[in-house]
Amino acid sequence: MSSTEIKTEKYTSKDFSSGQDVRWCPGCGDYSILAQVQRTLPNIENIVKEKVVWVSGIGCSSRFPYYMGTYGFHGIHGRAPAIATGLKIARPDLTVWVATGDGDLLSIGGNHFIHACRKNIDLKIILFNNRIYGLTKGQYSPTSEKGKVTKTSPYGSVDYPFNAISLALGSNATFVARSLDREPKHLAEMIDRAAAHKGLAFVEVYQNCNIFNDGAFELLTEKETKDDHVVILEHGKPMLFGKNKDKGIKLDGFTPVVVDLNDGRHTINDIIVHDEKDHGMVRAFILSHLTDDPNLPTPIGVFRQVFKPTYDEAMVEQIEQVKKKKGKGDLEKLLFATNTWEVSEN
Amino acid sequence: MADVKEKVEKHIDEVTVRFAGDSGDGMQLTGTQFSDTTAVLGNDLSTLPDYPAEIRAPAGTLYGVSGFQLHFSSEDIHTPGDVPDVLVAMNPAALKKNLPELRRNGLIIVNSDAFDKKNLKLAEYDSNPLEDGSLDGYEIMDIPITSLTFSALEDSPLSQKEKSRCKNFFALGLMYWLYNRPIDQTVNWIESKFKNKPDIIDANEKALKAGYNFGDITERFTTRYTIEPAKLKSGVYRNISGNEATALGFVVAAEKAGLQLFLGSYPITPASDILQYLSKYKEFGVKTFQAEDEISGIASAIGAAFGGSLAITTTSGPGLALKTEATGLAVMTELPLVIVNVQRGGPSTGLPTKTEQADLLQALYGRNGEAPVAVVAAATPSDCFDMSIEASRLALTYMSPVILLTDGYLANGSEPWKIPSIDSIPEIPVKFHTDVDSYQPYSRDENLVRPWAIPGTPGLEHRIGGLEKANITGNVSYDPDNHFEMIKVREEKIKKMANSIPDLEIEGDNDADILVIGWGGTYGAIKEAVMHSRKKGYKVAQAHFKYINPMPKNTEEVLKSFKHILLPEINMGQLAKVLKSEFLIPIIQFNVVRGLPFRVGDIEAKIVEVLGGKNE
Ligand SMILES: Cc1ncc(C[n+]2csc(CCOP(=O)(O)OP(=O)(O)O)c2C)c(N)n1
Ligand code: SF4
Repeated sequence: MSSTEIKTEKYTSKDFSSGQDVRWCPGCGDYSILAQVQRTLPNIENIVKEKVVWVSGIGCSSRFPYYMGTYGFHGIHGRAPAIATGLKIARPDLTVWVATGDGDLLSIGGNHFIHACRKNIDLKIILFNNRIYGLTKGQYSPTSEKGKVTKTSPYGSVDYPFNAISLALGSNATFVARSLDREPKHLAEMIDRAAAHKGLAFVEVYQNCNIFNDGAFELLTEKETKDDHVVILEHGKPMLFGKNKDKGIKLDGFTPVVVDLNDGRHTINDIIVHDEKDHGMVRAFILSHLTDDPNLPTPIGVFRQVFKPTYDEAMVEQIEQVKKKKGKGDLEKLLFATNTWEVSEN
Repeated sequence: MADVKEKVEKHIDEVTVRFAGDSGDGMQLTGTQFSDTTAVLGNDLSTLPDYPAEIRAPAGTLYGVSGFQLHFSSEDIHTPGDVPDVLVAMNPAALKKNLPELRRNGLIIVNSDAFDKKNLKLAEYDSNPLEDGSLDGYEIMDIPITSLTFSALEDSPLSQKEKSRCKNFFALGLMYWLYNRPIDQTVNWIESKFKNKPDIIDANEKALKAGYNFGDITERFTTRYTIEPAKLKSGVYRNISGNEATALGFVVAAEKAGLQLFLGSYPITPASDILQYLSKYKEFGVKTFQAEDEISGIASAIGAAFGGSLAITTTSGPGLALKTEATGLAVMTELPLVIVNVQRGGPSTGLPTKTEQADLLQALYGRNGEAPVAVVAAATPSDCFDMSIEASRLALTYMSPVILLTDGYLANGSEPWKIPSIDSIPEIPVKFHTDVDSYQPYSRDENLVRPWAIPGTPGLEHRIGGLEKANITGNVSYDPDNHFEMIKVREEKIKKMANSIPDLEIEGDNDADILVIGWGGTYGAIKEAVMHSRKKGYKVAQAHFKYINPMPKNTEEVLKSFKHILLPEINMGQLAKVLKSEFLIPIIQFNVVRGLPFRVGDIEAKIVEVLGGKNE
């Protein structure tokens, strides 16, 4: 491919801005995600700007590529993972990111999402989860909580929501993480780690849509409440939370429960030590479902990171092996590779 | 009766044979082997496999019958033949299903062992047709093929069931004897196919030889037929099916363009073969992605096109419907993409294993908005090779999606193909844009084609997508005048392709009383019908559309220079609709939609009818 040189001086976040006017509603959580991406990418080791491509579907969040100073492809609703898959397979030398929304990825694009995870295609998928359809002005989404009142569910939605983390885990994604638009440092760290992961990286970002679903994640982002409602996952560390880190998650069989370390009955040894490298999925699944119980805190951080060969690598490898065995393709041979007969002038 | 030991050798010009049996009887294999051997002998040939959608229908049932028809000749032929001269029927159901189409006086070879009570009942026969006189007028050879196969395999260690499976080779051997074909090519095939199974090789070869020898020694066959090689143009030939030709064409096109070939596809009958063939050609660096559905198939191909590959997606009718929205995206982003639609019977899931030409309007218009795409169609199985290269050339040269239409008949049918020399196929010039100063994503050359700048090129970072583009800059634009302008540009760009496609050619009499036009897989049937009616003294000409959008530049002139225009289509008149509205000319339609190719005789009768002649 035609990349001629690698830029040696350091990039700044400006290099990753297209300079186009950003047109999200003032106050939208998308701004924070854009800012963290533009701030983080320049610091990624060996990054080559012209080799970065952002692919998206349709939705407010999917306008993301227009604002990036990289190559970009604004696709059709739900199909970003499929477009990105073709691009990455055709061009394993590129770094391919996907910006997508909860409707885009989990509703219309659900099929493409699970298969991209399953195949471990080396894509970085950032899900902007605002639990609502933003661009189409406020209908409930596949992550909206049951009973949600919206324009299409005036009496409350009767749908059960998807748990995006558990869906990604169930589809065998090799990197699964969650962050919050209002936690810039944590968000930047997750983006950084997704970028460093080889294989499919899925990062769910809880994002506030202040127009159609304002405050959906308030408990997790407001100063007064967040310490009691968010538990930060750190590899090798016990899962503690609370202002004084004096509460923790304990496993009662397979059931997670909150314990108070001050109650005299529990010690730090009762608390789960987070292991993101666990190939078995049971613990990661249990953690992913903490959000389903209002009495349990919501985990943010990396749920799982394991390594296995990527689809795009495997394809290249197979092609190389066949070339080695059969020799480089010869068209003449291919066309004649069957019974032939000759007709001479008669 | 006197002994008739002496066999008569008879020279004939052509014959149409149909093999029919249970879907488990290996009739497709028998037919293919017979075709390959016949091809190597230098006859011209054309085949029509016809199989049920059920993979393994219950044995002996009418709906489980699988057939393979083969027309071969010492002359130039173009169709698999209207009516078989010979029917090989492995059971009563096969006989019942195929008898109505057999030529009066035709030869019927049946496996009499299969005509037992159970099978007769399954085939809904009240009495045994071999005994009740209902086959009077036909030449019947009732041969106990199953028991003869068993006796030939007496020494084989195989199970009865396995032995019984060899009976199609007995039938094949017998047909080889009858039509004077050598068996060695099939022997080679058996040996390479069952490499590590010596018992199976042995049994199949024995059955094949037993069939051949049976023909020789039985006193019932008094005549043996020879068909001389056809006078084809000199060169090296092979037998090829449409799907294989399509796959090969893409490999060649990618090499000629110096690009990597990428296929994103989801299996569907009758298009799956193309994905299967291309999956084998790894040594050419071909990347095949078996996607989770058709939408992912085309979307992945669009991603690959953005990345600089020759990107294709293959499917059949229902799959094309699913690709609709993404096709519009390729139109808007002006990326090169070839979409192959191997048409089958519709609507909906329709007749999955049968042929039809009814997706033309879908290909031309089946998208939201004004979304013009180029549409081309292959005319014969081997033409699929040329047209897949042509579709690739148009897509790459004009930065546009191109739909290539073939159909089930072309896809599975086969014919001898004069293998072209690779050097005779022109290069497809492709240049990725690299110059930073002159770059605008939607700037255009004299053909209105925008530059192809691929990710990885420093300084050309840009963003495209499905929202309306501002001309030149490619930025998102809602400006009403720009939108109208872009609609016209996209339309005009497709029209410009007409500058690089061949004129419509008139075959036959230039001063004909009637021009028979067609498109796609009906070429052969129309050609033979035209030839026959000319032999009868009618003045008839033919013109065939391989380019449908845009059409050749001389189309109007050609259409307006004939008194009558007849258009046979395997749909309810889709091309007719387009031509009538475009050129305001009367068109005599001839539409037969039975899931089968046209019968030459039917088109011929229609020509004669239009010319006021008498059909005999
Ligand atoms: C095929 C198709 N169906 C429906 C739409 C309409 N549509 C556009 S965006 C959207 C949902 C967006 O929601 P989400 O993905 O959550 O993104 P957000 O706008 O909230 O960022 C819908 C239904 C469309 N553009 N295309
Ligand atoms: S509608 Fe919601 S998600 Fe969309 S830009 Fe406005 S605030 Fe953001």
